[in-house]
Amino acid sequence: MDVKKPNGHGNGNKGSNEWRVKVGLAEMLKGGVIMDVTNAEQAKIAENAGACAVMALERVPSDIRKEGGVARMASIKVIREIMNTVTIPVMAKVRIGHFAEAEVLQALEVDFIDESEVLTPADEENHIWKHDYRVPFVCGARNLGEALRRIAEGAAMIRTKGEAGSGNVVEAVRHMRAIMSQMKKLTTMREDELMHEAKEMGAPLELVRQIAKTGKLPVPNFSAGGIATPADAALVRRLGAEAVFVGSGIFKSSDPEARAKAVVKATTHFEEPKAVLEAHEELGEAMRGLDVRQLEEKDLLATRGW
Amino acid sequence: MVVEVVALKIGILAVQGDFEAHAAMLQQLGAQTTEVRTPADLEGCAGLILPGGESTTQLKFLKEEGLADKIVKFAERGGAIFGTCAGAILLAKDVQHPKQDSLKLMDMTVIRNAYGRQIASDVVSGPTSLKKEPLEMVFIRGPVIERAGPDVKVLAEYAGKPALVQRENLMAATFHPELTDDTTVHEYFLSLANSRAKQRANGVKSSK
Repeated sequence: MDVKKPNGHGNGNKGSNEWRVKVGLAEMLKGGVIMDVTNAEQAKIAENAGACAVMALERVPSDIRKEGGVARMASIKVIREIMNTVTIPVMAKVRIGHFAEAEVLQALEVDFIDESEVLTPADEENHIWKHDYRVPFVCGARNLGEALRRIAEGAAMIRTKGEAGSGNVVEAVRHMRAIMSQMKKLTTMREDELMHEAKEMGAPLELVRQIAKTGKLPVPNFSAGGIATPADAALVRRLGAEAVFVGSGIFKSSDPEARAKAVVKATTHFEEPKAVLEAHEELGEAMRGLDVRQLEEKDLLATRGW
Repeated sequence: MVVEVVALKIGILAVQGDFEAHAAMLQQLGAQTTEVRTPADLEGCAGLILPGGESTTQLKFLKEEGLADKIVKFAERGGAIFGTCAGAILLAKDVQHPKQDSLKLMDMTVIRNAYGRQIASDVVSGPTSLKKEPLEMVFIRGPVIERAGPDVKVLAEYAGKPALVQRENLMAATFHPELTDDTTVHEYFLSLANSRAKQRANGVKSSK
């Protein structure tokens, strides 16, 4: 397993060995919770609570929202400290379209890169061509068309965008319901209707045809954005999310350690209300939430991405 | 033969990891599968899969849910268990890099994330005693079996290290056969689960 030597069919085409190990790592994270952390100490708390991966970033989304300014890739020093502290996979975010940040993170050997709308976009038309990388990418989506555009560019995992840093699950629910119902609709359509549908949603026909057959995304489908409580995690799981990202929800609450454990428990036992109840027992105050409808258009993160 | 396999119920630990990939492959081979999240879910299973995923996350869960003891008893009663990647780490007696607790069911030393981070994950192949052709192996942040005890049989190797091993009713792979189209390893596990289930059924009859 020589890192420098390209494996498989080389340039990361679908079905290549490179693509298989990228989607393979995403498969390994199913059923788990990926937690935002800003330092090694938080990463350790997340790992001890049962997180299946951590997302290293400089400020959690709710702070980015509060403080403003340009949000960029986290400092390398912080990411490296986190990588040296935990044994679970470490993810890190790059700005939309910022392929040079992505190259830096690949050189650092992070396990997953999130091309994220939470950071300030670097390109307002183009996303990164993710097939060019050996490190897998996750991207946010609000609907099926957006999800399929990202997959066509090489994303090995899709997550809902939700509205990051809001502590409000409403947008994650909206996005997950949209993706699931649009996939269901495709499975009921005649073959001669798929071209029009692909045009309408701005997605490649080949992927639209594939979903029409299978009824599911060709990569794992996770949920993120505004998940703050164990019941929030159970809700998005019930709506079809195969795993959950929790950002500000944990380390902006009054009880990060207990809350991290509780969210993990509810994510695993999402179909058993008694277990979700147990997860809620003894929890303190959740992070303060925002009413997404009162946010101004310029303050919305989910609308970033094209 | 096929009829017997159809009747087999295989539990798949569904805490976290690629449990769905295992379920798809076993169902394709005609087995019935069930997701295991509580000790009760293990009832009536002829075999148990410990899938890939994060061993730290899975182990924490097994201990908290009281599943760890239950799985050890399942193994002691002769139930067939197959651990892939994280599952192999859970089965190993000795886990290193870093040192970690486990179910300690198989006499072997396993080094976690031995090849490095995700960027070193790869699809390779290696010799196996299960078929003539080399076995395709998908390694994802895979461990290495550094030492296999005298009772542990090596069924496949990669780069001179054991990659698929068996001790009586237990099997462990450092790679992911469930992420390939080759059903060889899962077929072997099903026949193992089948023969162990039969043995136990006979044992119960003769003791009555």
